[in-house]
Amino acid sequence: MKRLTGRVIKHGRASGIALVSSEPISFFGMVDAETGRVIEASHPLAGQQIGGRVLVFPTGKGSTVGSYSLYRLAKAGHAPAAIINAESDPIVAVGAIISGIPMVDQVDITQIRTGDRVCVDGEQVIVES
Amino acid sequence: MKLTPYEQSLLEGAEGRGVQKAMEIVVALGRIYGAHDLVEISSAQVAGVSYKNLGEAGLEFLSDWSAQGARVRVPTTLNPAGLDLQSWRALGFDADFAAKQQRVIDTFAAMGIPPSCTCTPYLVGNLPARGEHVAWAESSAVSFANSVLGARTNREGGPSALAAAIVGRTARYGLHLDVHRRAQLIIDVRCPVRTLSDFGALGILVGKQVRNRVPYLRGLDAARLSQPVGLDLLKTLGAAMAASGAVALYHIEGVTPESSDPDIIAPNAEQVTITDLAPGYYALNHSEGVSIDLVWFGCPHASLAELEEVVRLLDGRKCKVPLWVTMARSLRDEAARSGLLQRFEALGGHVVADTCLVVAPMEGLGFRCMATPCAKGAYYAPAHSGIAVHFDSPQACVEAAVTGRWLGSGGI
Repeated sequence: MKRLTGRVIKHGRASGIALVSSEPISFFGMVDAETGRVIEASHPLAGQQIGGRVLVFPTGKGSTVGSYSLYRLAKAGHAPAAIINAESDPIVAVGAIISGIPMVDQVDITQIRTGDRVCVDGEQVIVES
Repeated sequence: MKLTPYEQSLLEGAEGRGVQKAMEIVVALGRIYGAHDLVEISSAQVAGVSYKNLGEAGLEFLSDWSAQGARVRVPTTLNPAGLDLQSWRALGFDADFAAKQQRVIDTFAAMGIPPSCTCTPYLVGNLPARGEHVAWAESSAVSFANSVLGARTNREGGPSALAAAIVGRTARYGLHLDVHRRAQLIIDVRCPVRTLSDFGALGILVGKQVRNRVPYLRGLDAARLSQPVGLDLLKTLGAAMAASGAVALYHIEGVTPESSDPDIIAPNAEQVTITDLAPGYYALNHSEGVSIDLVWFGCPHASLAELEEVVRLLDGRKCKVPLWVTMARSLRDEAARSGLLQRFEALGGHVVADTCLVVAPMEGLGFRCMATPCAKGAYYAPAHSGIAVHFDSPQACVEAAVTGRWLGSGGI
Protein backbone atom coordinates (compact mmCIF):
# COMPACT_ATOMS: atom_id res chain seq x y z
CA MET A 1 0.00 0.00 0.00
CA LYS A 2 1.27 3.46 -0.94
CA ARG A 3 0.20 6.76 0.58
CA LEU A 4 0.51 9.80 -1.68
CA THR A 5 -0.40 13.38 -0.88
CA GLY A 6 -1.75 16.01 -3.27
CA ARG A 7 -3.53 19.32 -3.28
CA VAL A 8 -7.31 19.38 -2.97
CA ILE A 9 -9.14 20.84 -5.99
CA LYS A 10 -12.57 19.43 -5.06
CA HIS A 11 -12.88 18.07 -1.55
CA GLY A 12 -14.39 14.62 -1.15
CA ARG A 13 -13.87 10.91 -0.57
CA ALA A 14 -14.21 8.23 -3.23
CA SER A 15 -12.58 4.99 -4.25
CA GLY A 16 -12.39 2.84 -7.34
CA ILE A 17 -10.13 1.07 -9.79
CA ALA A 18 -7.54 3.34 -11.38
CA LEU A 19 -7.58 4.12 -15.09
CA VAL A 20 -4.31 5.85 -15.97
CA SER A 21 -3.65 7.92 -19.09
CA SER A 22 -0.21 9.13 -20.03
CA GLU A 23 -1.81 11.74 -22.32
CA PRO A 24 -3.85 14.85 -21.42
CA ILE A 25 -7.64 14.52 -21.53
CA SER A 26 -10.39 16.75 -22.88
CA PHE A 27 -13.89 15.76 -21.87
CA PHE A 28 -15.26 17.69 -24.87
CA GLY A 29 -15.43 15.44 -27.92
CA MET A 30 -13.22 12.75 -26.42
CA VAL A 31 -15.72 10.93 -24.22
CA ASP A 32 -19.22 9.88 -25.32
CA ALA A 33 -21.54 11.62 -22.87
CA GLU A 34 -24.22 8.89 -23.19
CA THR A 35 -21.98 5.91 -22.41
CA GLY A 36 -18.87 7.26 -20.68
CA ARG A 37 -16.70 5.50 -23.26
CA VAL A 38 -13.58 7.19 -24.71
CA ILE A 39 -14.31 7.67 -28.41
CA GLU A 40 -11.24 9.60 -29.57
CA ALA A 41 -9.61 6.83 -31.62
CA SER A 42 -6.04 8.08 -31.28
CA HIS A 43 -6.21 8.42 -27.48
CA PRO A 44 -4.42 5.79 -25.34
CA LEU A 45 -7.70 5.22 -23.44
CA ALA A 46 -9.78 4.71 -26.60
CA GLY A 47 -12.64 2.27 -25.95
CA GLN A 48 -12.32 2.41 -22.15
CA GLN A 49 -15.19 3.19 -19.79
CA ILE A 50 -14.35 6.03 -17.42
CA GLY A 51 -17.56 5.80 -15.35
CA GLY A 52 -16.83 4.89 -11.71
CA ARG A 53 -13.07 4.70 -12.25
CA VAL A 54 -10.45 6.81 -10.49
CA LEU A 55 -9.21 8.65 -13.55
CA VAL A 56 -5.52 9.54 -13.46
CA PHE A 57 -3.94 11.78 -16.12
CA PRO A 58 -1.28 14.49 -16.32
CA THR A 59 -3.48 17.49 -17.10
CA GLY A 60 -6.48 18.69 -19.10
CA LYS A 61 -6.54 20.21 -22.57
CA GLY A 62 -8.92 21.77 -25.07
CA SER A 63 -12.14 23.74 -25.19
CA THR A 64 -13.71 25.56 -22.22
CA VAL A 65 -16.85 23.58 -23.01
CA GLY A 66 -15.08 20.58 -21.44
CA SER A 67 -16.30 21.65 -17.98
CA TYR A 68 -19.88 21.25 -19.18
CA SER A 69 -19.11 17.90 -20.81
CA LEU A 70 -17.88 16.50 -17.48
CA TYR A 71 -21.04 17.77 -15.81
CA ARG A 72 -23.13 15.98 -18.41
CA LEU A 73 -21.26 12.72 -17.74
CA ALA A 74 -21.95 13.10 -14.04
CA LYS A 75 -25.66 13.66 -14.66
CA ALA A 76 -25.81 10.56 -16.84
CA GLY A 77 -24.05 8.49 -14.15
CA HIS A 78 -20.86 8.00 -16.18
CA ALA A 79 -18.49 10.35 -14.38
CA PRO A 80 -15.23 9.10 -12.91
CA ALA A 81 -15.40 8.40 -9.16
CA ALA A 82 -12.44 10.73 -8.63
CA ILE A 83 -9.83 12.60 -10.66
CA ILE A 84 -6.09 12.71 -9.97
CA ASN A 85 -3.83 15.03 -12.00
CA ALA A 86 -0.15 15.84 -11.98
CA GLU A 87 -1.07 19.51 -12.62
CA SER A 88 -4.70 20.53 -12.93
CA ASP A 89 -5.96 22.96 -15.57
CA PRO A 90 -8.92 25.28 -15.05
CA ILE A 91 -11.26 23.48 -17.44
CA VAL A 92 -11.16 20.06 -15.72
CA ALA A 93 -10.91 21.70 -12.29
CA VAL A 94 -14.08 23.71 -12.86
CA GLY A 95 -15.75 20.62 -14.33
CA ALA A 96 -14.96 18.60 -11.18
CA ILE A 97 -16.15 21.36 -8.89
CA ILE A 98 -19.48 21.87 -10.61
CA SER A 99 -20.03 18.12 -10.91
CA GLY A 100 -19.07 17.27 -7.31
CA ILE A 101 -16.25 14.90 -8.33
CA PRO A 102 -13.45 14.61 -5.72
CA MET A 103 -10.23 15.84 -7.33
CA VAL A 104 -6.61 16.25 -6.28
CA ASP A 105 -3.54 17.39 -8.18
CA GLN A 106 0.20 17.71 -7.57
CA VAL A 107 0.30 13.95 -7.13
CA ASP A 108 3.17 11.78 -8.42
CA ILE A 109 0.96 9.90 -10.87
CA THR A 110 3.79 7.59 -11.94
CA GLN A 111 3.10 5.73 -8.65
CA ILE A 112 -0.35 4.63 -9.89
CA ARG A 113 -1.04 1.87 -12.43
CA THR A 114 -4.25 1.02 -14.26
CA GLY A 115 -6.02 -1.64 -12.19
CA ASP A 116 -4.72 -0.43 -8.80
CA ARG A 117 -7.37 0.12 -6.15
CA VAL A 118 -7.24 3.82 -5.24
CA CYS A 119 -8.95 5.78 -2.50
CA VAL A 120 -9.00 9.58 -2.61
CA ASP A 121 -9.82 11.25 0.70
CA GLY A 122 -9.25 15.00 0.74
CA GLU A 123 -5.57 15.46 -0.01
CA GLN A 124 -4.73 11.81 0.72
CA VAL A 125 -4.41 9.24 -2.05
CA ILE A 126 -4.12 5.60 -0.95
CA VAL A 127 -2.99 3.13 -3.61
CA GLU A 128 -3.27 -0.67 -3.29
CA SER A 129 -1.65 -2.67 -6.09
CA MET B 1 -5.45 32.13 0.16
CA LYS B 2 -6.78 34.89 2.41
CA LEU B 3 -10.55 35.43 2.28
CA THR B 4 -12.48 38.19 4.04
CA PRO B 5 -15.06 37.02 6.61
CA TYR B 6 -17.78 37.85 4.07
CA GLU B 7 -16.10 35.83 1.29
CA GLN B 8 -15.62 32.95 3.73
CA SER B 9 -19.33 33.06 4.59
CA LEU B 10 -20.26 32.78 0.90
CA LEU B 11 -17.95 29.78 0.62
CA GLU B 12 -19.75 28.22 3.57
CA GLY B 13 -23.13 28.70 1.93
CA ALA B 14 -24.50 31.77 3.75
CA GLU B 15 -26.22 32.97 0.59
CA GLY B 16 -27.33 29.63 -0.76
CA ARG B 17 -25.97 26.79 -2.85
CA GLY B 18 -25.77 28.75 -6.12
CA VAL B 19 -23.51 31.44 -4.65
CA GLN B 20 -21.52 28.83 -2.73
CA LYS B 21 -20.83 26.91 -5.95
CA ALA B 22 -19.64 30.12 -7.64
CA MET B 23 -17.32 30.88 -4.71
CA GLU B 24 -15.93 27.34 -4.83
CA ILE B 25 -15.00 27.85 -8.49
CA VAL B 26 -13.37 31.24 -7.93
CA VAL B 27 -11.41 30.03 -4.88
CA ALA B 28 -10.29 26.82 -6.58
CA LEU B 29 -8.90 28.70 -9.58
CA GLY B 30 -7.15 31.10 -7.22
CA ARG B 31 -5.57 28.20 -5.40
CA ILE B 32 -4.44 26.53 -8.65
CA TYR B 33 -2.76 29.73 -9.87
CA GLY B 34 -1.30 30.81 -6.55
CA ALA B 35 -3.51 33.84 -5.80
CA HIS B 36 -3.16 35.35 -2.32
CA ASP B 37 -6.63 36.88 -2.28
CA LEU B 38 -9.66 37.84 -4.36
CA VAL B 39 -10.26 41.15 -6.13
CA GLU B 40 -13.61 42.85 -6.73
CA ILE B 41 -14.59 43.11 -10.40
CA SER B 42 -16.62 45.82 -12.12
CA SER B 43 -18.01 43.68 -14.95
CA ALA B 44 -18.05 40.23 -16.54
CA GLN B 45 -18.32 38.86 -20.08
CA VAL B 46 -19.68 35.31 -20.22
CA ALA B 47 -18.86 32.87 -23.04
CA GLY B 48 -20.46 29.50 -23.73
CA VAL B 49 -23.77 30.88 -25.02
CA SER B 50 -24.32 29.12 -28.35
CA TYR B 51 -26.35 25.93 -27.92
CA LYS B 52 -24.03 24.45 -30.54
CA ASN B 53 -21.20 24.59 -27.98
CA LEU B 54 -23.16 24.13 -24.75
CA GLY B 55 -25.31 21.18 -25.72
CA GLU B 56 -27.99 19.84 -23.41
CA ALA B 57 -25.41 19.34 -20.64
CA GLY B 58 -24.37 22.96 -20.59
CA LEU B 59 -27.96 24.13 -20.65
CA GLU B 60 -28.87 21.76 -17.81
CA PHE B 61 -25.95 23.02 -15.77
CA LEU B 62 -26.95 26.65 -16.25
CA SER B 63 -30.60 25.85 -15.41
CA ASP B 64 -29.60 24.02 -12.22
CA TRP B 65 -27.28 26.84 -11.16
CA SER B 66 -30.00 29.40 -11.77
CA ALA B 67 -32.51 27.29 -9.81
CA GLN B 68 -30.04 27.26 -6.89
CA GLY B 69 -30.31 31.03 -6.74
CA ALA B 70 -27.30 32.10 -8.79
CA ARG B 71 -27.68 35.75 -9.83
CA VAL B 72 -24.99 38.07 -11.15
CA ARG B 73 -24.02 41.00 -8.94
CA VAL B 74 -22.00 43.03 -11.45
CA PRO B 75 -22.98 44.24 -14.95
CA THR B 76 -22.56 41.19 -17.16
CA THR B 77 -22.66 40.80 -20.94
CA LEU B 78 -23.05 37.69 -23.08
CA ASN B 79 -21.04 36.25 -25.95
CA PRO B 80 -22.76 35.56 -29.31
CA ALA B 81 -25.56 33.02 -29.49
CA GLY B 82 -25.94 30.31 -32.15
CA LEU B 83 -28.23 32.36 -34.37
CA ASP B 84 -29.90 35.72 -34.93
CA LEU B 85 -32.55 35.59 -32.20
CA GLN B 86 -35.04 37.51 -34.34
CA SER B 87 -34.26 36.81 -38.02
CA TRP B 88 -33.17 33.16 -37.74
CA ARG B 89 -36.04 31.82 -39.83
CA ALA B 90 -35.39 34.15 -42.78
CA LEU B 91 -31.68 33.24 -42.65
CA GLY B 92 -32.52 29.53 -42.87
CA PHE B 93 -31.72 28.31 -39.35
CA ASP B 94 -33.48 25.28 -37.84
CA ALA B 95 -36.53 25.85 -35.62
CA ASP B 96 -35.58 23.13 -33.12
CA PHE B 97 -32.13 24.67 -32.65
CA ALA B 98 -33.72 28.10 -32.29
CA ALA B 99 -35.99 26.83 -29.50
CA LYS B 100 -33.05 25.32 -27.62
CA GLN B 101 -31.01 28.51 -28.07
CA GLN B 102 -33.91 30.54 -26.67
CA ARG B 103 -33.92 28.34 -23.52
CA VAL B 104 -30.23 29.22 -23.02
CA ILE B 105 -30.98 32.92 -23.41
CA ASP B 106 -33.93 32.69 -20.98
CA THR B 107 -31.74 30.93 -18.42
CA PHE B 108 -29.10 33.67 -18.57
CA ALA B 109 -31.87 36.28 -18.31
CA ALA B 110 -33.12 34.61 -15.11
CA MET B 111 -29.61 35.04 -13.68
CA GLY B 112 -29.76 38.74 -14.46
CA ILE B 113 -27.84 38.78 -17.74
CA PRO B 114 -29.50 40.56 -20.67
CA PRO B 115 -29.08 39.04 -24.17
CA SER B 116 -26.35 41.41 -25.41
CA CYS B 117 -24.97 38.47 -27.43
CA THR B 118 -21.79 40.03 -28.75
CA CYS B 119 -18.06 39.41 -28.65
CA THR B 120 -17.55 43.21 -28.58
CA PRO B 121 -19.14 44.13 -25.23
CA TYR B 122 -16.93 47.25 -25.21
CA LEU B 123 -18.93 48.61 -28.18
CA VAL B 124 -22.26 48.25 -26.36
CA GLY B 125 -21.60 49.83 -22.99
CA ASN B 126 -19.47 47.31 -21.09
CA LEU B 127 -16.44 49.59 -21.18
CA PRO B 128 -14.10 49.20 -18.20
CA ALA B 129 -11.65 52.01 -17.43
CA ARG B 130 -7.91 51.68 -17.21
CA GLY B 131 -6.83 49.70 -14.16
CA GLU B 132 -10.29 48.25 -13.46
CA HIS B 133 -10.43 44.55 -12.65
CA VAL B 134 -12.93 42.53 -14.67
CA ALA B 135 -13.60 38.84 -15.41
CA TRP B 136 -14.05 38.35 -19.11
CA ALA B 137 -14.24 35.27 -21.28
CA GLU B 138 -14.01 35.49 -25.10
CA SER B 139 -10.40 35.72 -26.15
CA SER B 140 -10.76 38.70 -28.51
CA ALA B 141 -12.62 40.75 -25.90
CA VAL B 142 -10.05 39.80 -23.24
CA SER B 143 -7.32 41.08 -25.54
CA PHE B 144 -9.16 44.35 -26.24
CA ALA B 145 -9.95 44.96 -22.56
CA ASN B 146 -6.38 44.39 -21.40
CA SER B 147 -4.50 45.97 -24.29
CA VAL B 148 -6.61 48.83 -25.68
CA LEU B 149 -8.58 49.76 -22.55
CA GLY B 150 -5.89 48.93 -19.98
CA ALA B 151 -8.41 47.02 -17.85
CA ARG B 152 -7.28 43.81 -16.15
CA THR B 153 -8.59 40.32 -16.83
CA ASN B 154 -7.31 36.81 -17.29
CA ARG B 155 -8.64 34.59 -20.06
CA GLU B 156 -11.65 33.28 -18.19
CA GLY B 157 -13.59 30.24 -19.36
CA GLY B 158 -17.39 30.25 -19.62
CA PRO B 159 -18.20 28.88 -16.13
CA SER B 160 -15.42 30.80 -14.39
CA ALA B 161 -16.49 34.20 -15.78
CA LEU B 162 -20.06 33.44 -14.70
CA ALA B 163 -18.88 32.35 -11.25
CA ALA B 164 -16.95 35.61 -10.89
CA ALA B 165 -20.05 37.59 -11.91
CA ILE B 166 -22.13 35.75 -9.28
CA VAL B 167 -19.75 36.56 -6.40
CA GLY B 168 -18.55 39.88 -7.85
CA ARG B 169 -14.93 38.81 -7.47
CA THR B 170 -12.18 36.90 -9.14
CA ALA B 171 -8.91 35.50 -7.87
CA ARG B 172 -6.02 37.96 -8.06
CA TYR B 173 -3.39 36.25 -10.22
CA GLY B 174 -1.93 36.52 -13.72
CA LEU B 175 -2.85 39.71 -15.58
CA HIS B 176 -4.43 41.28 -12.48
CA LEU B 177 -0.85 41.79 -11.25
CA ASP B 178 1.62 44.38 -12.67
CA VAL B 179 4.44 41.90 -12.90
CA HIS B 180 2.63 39.73 -15.45
CA ARG B 181 1.72 42.69 -17.72
CA ARG B 182 5.27 43.34 -18.88
CA ALA B 183 6.26 42.45 -22.43
CA GLN B 184 8.43 39.37 -22.78
CA LEU B 185 8.87 39.74 -26.53
CA ILE B 186 9.55 42.75 -28.78
CA ILE B 187 8.05 42.51 -32.26
CA ASP B 188 9.67 44.84 -34.79
CA VAL B 189 7.30 45.27 -37.73
CA ARG B 190 9.29 46.28 -40.81
CA CYS B 191 6.67 46.12 -43.54
CA PRO B 192 3.61 48.23 -44.39
CA VAL B 193 0.46 47.29 -42.42
CA ARG B 194 -2.52 49.20 -43.81
CA THR B 195 -5.82 47.40 -44.33
CA LEU B 196 -8.03 45.52 -41.89
CA SER B 197 -6.80 42.23 -43.37
CA ASP B 198 -3.17 43.37 -43.08
CA PHE B 199 -3.66 43.83 -39.34
CA GLY B 200 -5.33 40.41 -39.15
CA ALA B 201 -2.51 38.72 -41.07
CA LEU B 202 0.02 40.40 -38.77
CA GLY B 203 -1.92 39.16 -35.74
CA ILE B 204 -1.87 35.58 -37.01
CA LEU B 205 1.92 35.76 -37.47
CA VAL B 206 2.57 37.39 -34.10
CA GLY B 207 0.26 34.99 -32.23
CA LYS B 208 2.17 31.98 -33.57
CA GLN B 209 5.47 33.44 -32.35
CA VAL B 210 4.23 34.73 -29.02
CA ARG B 211 1.92 31.86 -27.91
CA ASN B 212 0.67 32.97 -24.47
CA ARG B 213 3.30 35.63 -23.74
CA VAL B 214 2.94 39.44 -23.85
CA PRO B 215 4.33 41.14 -26.98
CA TYR B 216 5.40 44.77 -27.46
CA LEU B 217 4.94 45.84 -31.09
CA ARG B 218 7.03 48.57 -32.72
CA GLY B 219 6.99 50.00 -36.22
CA LEU B 220 3.23 50.46 -36.66
CA ASP B 221 1.62 53.79 -37.68
CA ALA B 222 0.85 55.16 -34.20
CA ALA B 223 -0.87 58.31 -35.48
CA ARG B 224 -3.36 56.33 -37.56
CA LEU B 225 -3.95 53.73 -34.84
CA SER B 226 -4.79 56.51 -32.40
CA GLN B 227 -7.65 57.75 -34.61
CA PRO B 228 -11.16 56.20 -34.37
CA VAL B 229 -10.44 53.82 -37.30
CA GLY B 230 -7.58 52.48 -35.21
CA LEU B 231 -10.00 50.81 -32.79
CA ASP B 232 -11.30 48.53 -35.56
CA LEU B 233 -7.75 47.70 -36.67
CA LEU B 234 -6.70 46.91 -33.08
CA LYS B 235 -9.85 44.82 -32.63
CA THR B 236 -8.93 42.55 -35.54
CA LEU B 237 -5.21 42.47 -34.63
CA GLY B 238 -5.92 41.35 -31.07
CA ALA B 239 -8.51 38.79 -32.15
CA ALA B 240 -6.03 37.22 -34.59
CA MET B 241 -3.27 37.04 -31.98
CA ALA B 242 -5.68 35.41 -29.54
CA ALA B 243 -6.72 32.85 -32.18
CA SER B 244 -3.34 31.69 -33.48
CA GLY B 245 -1.74 32.09 -30.05
CA ALA B 246 -3.25 32.69 -26.65
CA VAL B 247 -2.29 36.36 -26.43
CA ALA B 248 -4.37 38.07 -23.74
CA LEU B 249 -2.41 41.34 -23.65
CA TYR B 250 -0.25 43.25 -26.10
CA HIS B 251 1.38 46.68 -26.10
CA ILE B 252 1.95 48.91 -29.15
CA GLU B 253 4.53 51.70 -28.97
CA GLY B 254 2.83 55.09 -28.82
CA VAL B 255 -0.69 53.62 -28.98
CA THR B 256 -1.86 51.39 -26.13
CA PRO B 257 -2.22 52.91 -22.65
CA GLU B 258 0.45 50.91 -20.83
CA SER B 259 3.06 51.04 -23.61
CA SER B 260 4.72 54.14 -22.14
CA ASP B 261 4.90 52.81 -18.58
CA PRO B 262 8.45 52.57 -17.26
CA ASP B 263 9.79 49.00 -17.28
CA ILE B 264 6.89 47.78 -19.47
CA ILE B 265 9.41 45.69 -21.39
CA ALA B 266 10.98 42.93 -19.32
CA PRO B 267 14.79 43.18 -19.22
CA ASN B 268 15.35 39.82 -20.88
CA ALA B 269 12.76 40.30 -23.65
CA GLU B 270 13.50 38.47 -26.88
CA GLN B 271 13.29 40.34 -30.16
CA VAL B 272 11.54 39.18 -33.35
CA THR B 273 11.36 40.98 -36.71
CA ILE B 274 8.45 40.68 -39.12
CA THR B 275 9.27 41.81 -42.66
CA ASP B 276 6.45 40.23 -44.70
CA LEU B 277 2.72 39.66 -44.14
CA ALA B 278 2.41 37.15 -47.00
CA PRO B 279 2.83 34.08 -44.73
CA GLY B 280 -0.14 35.36 -42.67
CA TYR B 281 -2.29 35.68 -45.78
CA TYR B 282 -1.10 32.28 -46.97
CA ALA B 283 -2.06 30.63 -43.67
CA LEU B 284 -5.65 31.87 -43.91
CA ASN B 285 -6.43 31.17 -47.56
CA HIS B 286 -7.84 27.67 -47.70
CA SER B 287 -9.64 27.70 -51.03
CA GLU B 288 -8.80 27.36 -54.69
CA GLY B 289 -12.42 27.95 -55.68
CA VAL B 290 -13.39 31.01 -57.69
CA SER B 291 -17.12 30.78 -57.03
CA ILE B 292 -18.10 32.63 -53.84
CA ASP B 293 -21.45 32.01 -52.14
CA LEU B 294 -21.03 34.10 -48.97
CA VAL B 295 -19.10 37.19 -47.91
CA TRP B 296 -18.65 37.86 -44.20
CA PHE B 297 -17.62 40.98 -42.28
CA GLY B 298 -17.76 41.30 -38.50
CA CYS B 299 -15.37 38.97 -36.65
CA PRO B 300 -15.07 40.32 -34.04
CA HIS B 301 -18.51 41.92 -34.36
CA ALA B 302 -18.47 45.00 -36.59
CA SER B 303 -18.62 48.59 -35.41
CA LEU B 304 -20.91 51.14 -37.08
CA ALA B 305 -17.83 52.59 -38.81
CA GLU B 306 -17.09 49.19 -40.36
CA LEU B 307 -20.66 48.86 -41.65
CA GLU B 308 -20.41 52.38 -43.07
CA GLU B 309 -17.16 51.38 -44.80
CA VAL B 310 -18.78 48.32 -46.42
CA VAL B 311 -21.57 50.54 -47.79
CA ARG B 312 -18.96 52.96 -49.11
CA LEU B 313 -17.06 50.14 -50.86
CA LEU B 314 -20.30 48.83 -52.43
CA ASP B 315 -20.62 52.30 -53.97
CA GLY B 316 -24.24 51.81 -54.98
CA ARG B 317 -23.71 48.36 -56.53
CA LYS B 318 -25.96 45.43 -55.60
CA CYS B 319 -24.70 42.24 -53.98
CA LYS B 320 -24.88 39.13 -56.16
CA VAL B 321 -24.27 36.73 -53.25
CA PRO B 322 -25.20 37.04 -49.56
CA LEU B 323 -23.09 39.67 -47.80
CA TRP B 324 -23.38 39.28 -44.02
CA VAL B 325 -22.17 41.81 -41.49
CA THR B 326 -22.40 40.33 -37.99
CA MET B 327 -22.75 42.82 -35.15
CA ALA B 328 -24.37 43.46 -31.78
CA ARG B 329 -28.13 43.92 -31.91
CA SER B 330 -28.01 47.31 -30.19
CA LEU B 331 -25.65 48.60 -32.91
CA ARG B 332 -27.92 47.15 -35.59
CA ASP B 333 -30.78 49.10 -34.01
CA GLU B 334 -28.65 52.24 -34.02
CA ALA B 335 -27.88 51.71 -37.73
CA ALA B 336 -31.62 51.38 -38.36
CA ARG B 337 -32.27 54.72 -36.64
CA SER B 338 -29.61 56.53 -38.66
CA GLY B 339 -30.69 55.00 -42.00
CA LEU B 340 -27.36 53.22 -42.49
CA LEU B 341 -29.03 49.81 -42.20
CA GLN B 342 -31.60 50.69 -44.88
CA ARG B 343 -28.87 51.92 -47.25
CA PHE B 344 -27.01 48.63 -46.76
CA GLU B 345 -30.11 46.46 -47.17
CA ALA B 346 -31.11 48.33 -50.33
CA LEU B 347 -27.89 46.99 -51.88
CA GLY B 348 -28.74 43.44 -50.82
CA GLY B 349 -26.66 43.26 -47.63
CA HIS B 350 -27.75 41.55 -44.39
CA VAL B 351 -26.87 42.72 -40.90
CA VAL B 352 -26.98 39.54 -38.83
CA ALA B 353 -27.22 40.25 -35.11
CA ASP B 354 -26.56 38.17 -31.95
CA THR B 355 -24.39 35.51 -33.60
CA CYS B 356 -21.35 34.78 -35.74
CA LEU B 357 -20.27 32.11 -38.21
CA VAL B 358 -17.95 30.42 -35.74
CA VAL B 359 -20.69 29.55 -33.21
CA ALA B 360 -23.72 29.20 -35.52
CA PRO B 361 -24.74 25.83 -37.02
CA MET B 362 -23.63 27.00 -40.47
CA GLU B 363 -23.31 23.44 -41.80
CA GLY B 364 -27.09 23.38 -42.28
CA LEU B 365 -27.18 26.39 -44.59
CA GLY B 366 -25.30 24.96 -47.57
CA PHE B 367 -22.55 27.56 -47.97
CA ARG B 368 -19.35 26.15 -49.50
CA CYS B 369 -16.91 28.99 -50.08
CA MET B 370 -16.75 32.44 -48.53
CA ALA B 371 -14.64 35.56 -48.61
CA THR B 372 -13.81 37.52 -45.46
CA PRO B 373 -11.31 40.22 -44.41
CA CYS B 374 -11.54 39.04 -40.77
CA ALA B 375 -8.54 36.97 -39.72
CA LYS B 376 -10.10 35.31 -36.67
CA GLY B 377 -13.14 34.27 -38.69
CA ALA B 378 -10.93 32.98 -41.49
CA TYR B 379 -8.87 31.04 -38.94
CA TYR B 380 -11.84 29.24 -37.34
CA ALA B 381 -14.49 29.02 -40.07
CA PRO B 382 -13.15 26.01 -42.00
CA ALA B 383 -13.12 23.76 -38.90
CA HIS B 384 -16.20 25.18 -37.15
CA SER B 385 -18.49 25.80 -40.13
CA GLY B 386 -17.08 23.55 -42.84
CA ILE B 387 -16.80 26.54 -45.19
CA ALA B 388 -13.72 27.12 -47.37
CA VAL B 389 -12.23 30.61 -47.03
CA HIS B 390 -10.66 33.33 -49.13
CA PHE B 391 -9.07 35.94 -46.87
CA ASP B 392 -8.21 39.36 -48.23
CA SER B 393 -8.79 43.11 -47.98
CA PRO B 394 -12.27 44.57 -47.37
CA GLN B 395 -12.20 45.90 -50.93
CA ALA B 396 -11.44 42.48 -52.47
CA CYS B 397 -14.21 40.90 -50.36
CA VAL B 398 -16.79 43.51 -51.38
CA GLU B 399 -15.86 42.92 -55.04
CA ALA B 400 -16.52 39.20 -54.42
CA ALA B 401 -19.96 40.07 -53.02
CA VAL B 402 -20.79 42.15 -56.10
CA THR B 403 -19.54 39.65 -58.68
CA GLY B 404 -19.94 36.29 -56.91
CA ARG B 405 -16.41 35.51 -58.11
CA TRP B 406 -13.05 35.51 -56.41
CA LEU B 407 -11.03 37.93 -58.49
CA GLY B 408 -7.79 37.36 -56.66
CA SER B 409 -5.79 39.31 -54.25
CA GLY B 410 -6.31 42.99 -53.66
CA GLY B 411 -4.48 43.01 -50.36
CA ILE B 412 -0.97 41.72 -50.91
